[in-house]
Amino acid sequence: MGEDILMDIKRDYVLSRLGDGERIDGRKFDEFRPIEIQTNVISKAEGSALVKIGDTQVVVGVKLQPGEPFPDAPDKGIIITNAELVPLASPTFEPGPPDENSVELARVVDRGIRESEAVDLSKLCIAEGEKVWLIFIDIHALDDDGNLRDASALAAIAAILTATVPAERFDIGNDFPLPVRDLPVSVTSLVIDDKALIDPSRDEISVGEYFMTITTDQEDNIVAMQKSGAYQLSEEKFYELIDVSVAKARELRQLLRDI
Amino acid sequence: MSEERPQLIVDGKRLDGRDFDELRPIKIEAGVLRRADGSCYLEMGRNKIIAAVYGPREVHPRHLQDPSRAVIRYRYNMAPFSVEERKRPGPDRRSIEISKVSREAFEPIIMKELFPRSGIDVFVEVLQADAGTRTACLNAASVALVDAGVAMKGIITAVAVAKVDGQLVLDPMKEEDNFGEADVPFAFLIRNSRIESIALLQMDGRMTVDEVKKGLQMAKRGAMQIYEMQRDAIMRKYHTEEVE
Repeated sequence: MGEDILMDIKRDYVLSRLGDGERIDGRKFDEFRPIEIQTNVISKAEGSALVKIGDTQVVVGVKLQPGEPFPDAPDKGIIITNAELVPLASPTFEPGPPDENSVELARVVDRGIRESEAVDLSKLCIAEGEKVWLIFIDIHALDDDGNLRDASALAAIAAILTATVPAERFDIGNDFPLPVRDLPVSVTSLVIDDKALIDPSRDEISVGEYFMTITTDQEDNIVAMQKSGAYQLSEEKFYELIDVSVAKARELRQLLRDI
Repeated sequence: MSEERPQLIVDGKRLDGRDFDELRPIKIEAGVLRRADGSCYLEMGRNKIIAAVYGPREVHPRHLQDPSRAVIRYRYNMAPFSVEERKRPGPDRRSIEISKVSREAFEPIIMKELFPRSGIDVFVEVLQADAGTRTACLNAASVALVDAGVAMKGIITAVAVAKVDGQLVLDPMKEEDNFGEADVPFAFLIRNSRIESIALLQMDGRMTVDEVKKGLQMAKRGAMQIYEMQRDAIMRKYHTEEVE
């Protein structure tokens, strides 16, 4: 109950500051919180990254193992993305099977990587029709202070960038770096009335979960979009979100290039 | 894909002979189920969809009740026989995501405050699938909600746009969905015969910013045609219903 009242107060505060054209933490509307990317944080994983966006923290581990290909793509590796919103990361996360939020998070991150063809799956065939590399991308939330989605997407591609295919461990030749050919970056905004707040913090989200995520590739093509939340999006706002997301993704992509 | 990729556009026409901005044939019938408070049967190309609305009614389990407004639930479900290879029954991750974003499309439009403590359940079954099932389901659900007499601020109308062989096309069918470059499902809130806002928007594939913007305009024109058919289905039902 105490939490509810606090949320009400926060919501009023966020809205009143927005009325003055300001965000509660003084950021510009299109400004991310400070971003930190650490790679190779889990030595047992073939690739891993810890990403912090402000106080939001998420770790992504990439594991690879040989497995059977899909019948309709016998010569291609397979990406399997999963997200766990573990109770450690937020008082509102509960243990148990994945709920719709973790399923959505995993699928939106997955779509960015898959549709940008960031991983060259054709180079992950071991024996056509029999064995290919399975890439497990596991998103593990540590601290949800808002915008887990962009943090997860960034951690996922960072982990992929640093991943090695463990061929030696399975007696299938030499290890080689996971072949990466694009850098998808997702940018999530919180849409409140006529405003859009990039990289919303948990306090800002107290106003409502009205998100729009736009993922772009390194040529500024749009590769994935997801409107989520019970709100109505105007056409003008949508166009504005596209432009700002493309511009922001370019900045974030630079962080990945610097890894 | 090792499957042979067909040429999707031949001589400026699509595989089924449609123009780029042409919808598949649509059939809508309201009030097809006896037990449900509202229902709708819809065909969109080879998609066959049936939607039912129950409520406003008591919410079970009760802890899900909201004292100030109705709780909306939306279940998108595919019948095991609806696709080429049998689908395992029950919700998979895709269905869970579709159900979530579909529910969110309706939530701001249903006047939930009018029905405190109650629940409005929308169940949509895909009996036969042929690409664009989520948009077909939204269209059916929308008519079923009107049929149930649920107060709404407008109507939801949905349609997808795809990019195939470098060309934007409206309402993609299976082959275009499978082998196309991108797929963008849209749903709109239509009020007073005008598109007021975007209620659902997803996308996967690869498109330039300009193509996405053009796609939106194409989807809007398609949605207005579907809207007329939804309206017609509702009018038809109430026209023929006998008044006692």
